[in-house]
Amino acid sequence: MRYGATTAVDHLDLEIATGTVTAILGPNGAGKTTTVEVCEGFRPVQHGEVRVLGLDPRDASLRPRIGVMLQSGGAWSGSRADEMLRHIASLHAHPLDVDGLVERLGLGSCGRTPYRRLSGGQQQRLSLAMAIVGRPELLFLDEPTAGLDPQARRATWDLVTELRDHGVTTVLTTHFMDEAEQLSDVVHVVDAGRVIASGTPAELTHESARDTIRFTAAAGLDVLDLMHALPEGTKVEERVAGSYVVTGEVDPALLSTLTAWCASRKVLPESILVEHQTLEDRFLDLTGRSLR
Amino acid sequence: MTSTTPLDLAPRPGSAPLGAMLRAQAGMELKLMLRNGEQVLLTLVIPLLLLVMGTKADQVVDLGPGRTIDIIAPGVLALAVLSTSFTSLAISTGFDRRYGVLKRLGASPLPRSVLLLGKVGAVAAVEAIQLAVLVPTALALGWRPDGGAVAWVWALALVVAGTAAFGSLGLLIAGTLRAEATLAVANLVYVLLLVGGGLMVPLSRYPEAGRHVMELVPSGALGEGLREAFAGGSALAPLAVLVGWSLVAGLATVRTFKWE
Repeated sequence: MRYGATTAVDHLDLEIATGTVTAILGPNGAGKTTTVEVCEGFRPVQHGEVRVLGLDPRDASLRPRIGVMLQSGGAWSGSRADEMLRHIASLHAHPLDVDGLVERLGLGSCGRTPYRRLSGGQQQRLSLAMAIVGRPELLFLDEPTAGLDPQARRATWDLVTELRDHGVTTVLTTHFMDEAEQLSDVVHVVDAGRVIASGTPAELTHESARDTIRFTAAAGLDVLDLMHALPEGTKVEERVAGSYVVTGEVDPALLSTLTAWCASRKVLPESILVEHQTLEDRFLDLTGRSLR
Repeated sequence: MTSTTPLDLAPRPGSAPLGAMLRAQAGMELKLMLRNGEQVLLTLVIPLLLLVMGTKADQVVDLGPGRTIDIIAPGVLALAVLSTSFTSLAISTGFDRRYGVLKRLGASPLPRSVLLLGKVGAVAAVEAIQLAVLVPTALALGWRPDGGAVAWVWALALVVAGTAAFGSLGLLIAGTLRAEATLAVANLVYVLLLVGGGLMVPLSRYPEAGRHVMELVPSGALGEGLREAFAGGSALAPLAVLVGWSLVAGLATVRTFKWE
């Protein structure tokens, strides 16, 4: 996909399995929205092939089957929240119960408020409600929790998970690692219009196992003896006198063995720190730490 | 944000019937138009004021021979059509585009043709309200239309053709310019045509060259057509001009309209 001289999305290959939640994770400007909008039929495919539910994304028969949450806007500024939602519902054959949905998303208190006077979080929730009210098979959510408070964010996550349990396939874009980690079965990390890593959140974080235990204690402990006590493949280094780094399969048993070894040698560590690599670390490793 | 009523979230996709979608869409557009104060000012209050004040217009401008109200009333009806089908439609569509409403609806089961028909339905409903208010008011102010039933048939045809011509032009602007630019252009054109577009002042008062140009401009054709029809004459030439504009502007709109 090119906009003028800028290539926004290039050789991006994705396959989404039915009934899963897929996160497209990437920094701002990575090409997430462009990718999703091609699938939604808003933008023509310039090169390559895109099939959504087996159809061309611009096929009109696809419209009732997909639910779309835009990143912003999408409602008449003068329409009331519940009126807007009811209108979208009226375009579908078997919409969700609007009252139940309004209640579920905490929109009851602002049902009579014109769209332009809703808070950012309320607009986001209304937008999510409009995406799911038609009971789609496939849901596209473009940054569904941007600007939400923690409670609303949690409620959105719960709803997406529940939709998946009911067989709805979801594709969402986000730049929140915890969101991708919590919600999705598969994460595709996108940067500069390309997929740079794919996998389950667990696979992505374990790909370069960097889990470590750092502890400080008296200098000059017998590092080799400790390594023999720990499971095979575990490495122990005293990089600075009195500061030890244990790397390997960090699990509760390893920690217990380590402290038992210390106890048997009457060593009291001053501090023990277990470090687990999060998707955020992985994301920053993959996409770089500098702003652009 | 707790849930008490369990929602059945299982997929069950499907479009509503086309007729139901059209009713919903036209009803929504109409509600929003009537709720918008500026739109009501433009489509109802201003024509009504001009009609009432227009009975004294001969003290300001020379409208030519004939009773003032008989000249003013058809002009006000033409202005009412312009305000709804051009200015109001252009501005609301421009902001629909700007706020992503057209995009949002584009991702819904609503076909574009039904979206457009919904707008047509809302415009027609507002025009019906305008005529229901303005015609009795004009009659009460002493308007005596000539030509009998034939004049009203001409008038209806002119209003339909005028709506098609102005509506296409309004959508042409709204579909290509930014919302703010659409707002400015639509209001400017409204004022310019009100003053010098052959809407209110009979073309016989225009200089020779101006008259020939204005006969071919949609506002002049609509204003003059309505005046001729209610004077008991034929409005065939103005009607042909309006149909021509509808075809040209309609085609241009279909080719250039950007949905977002």
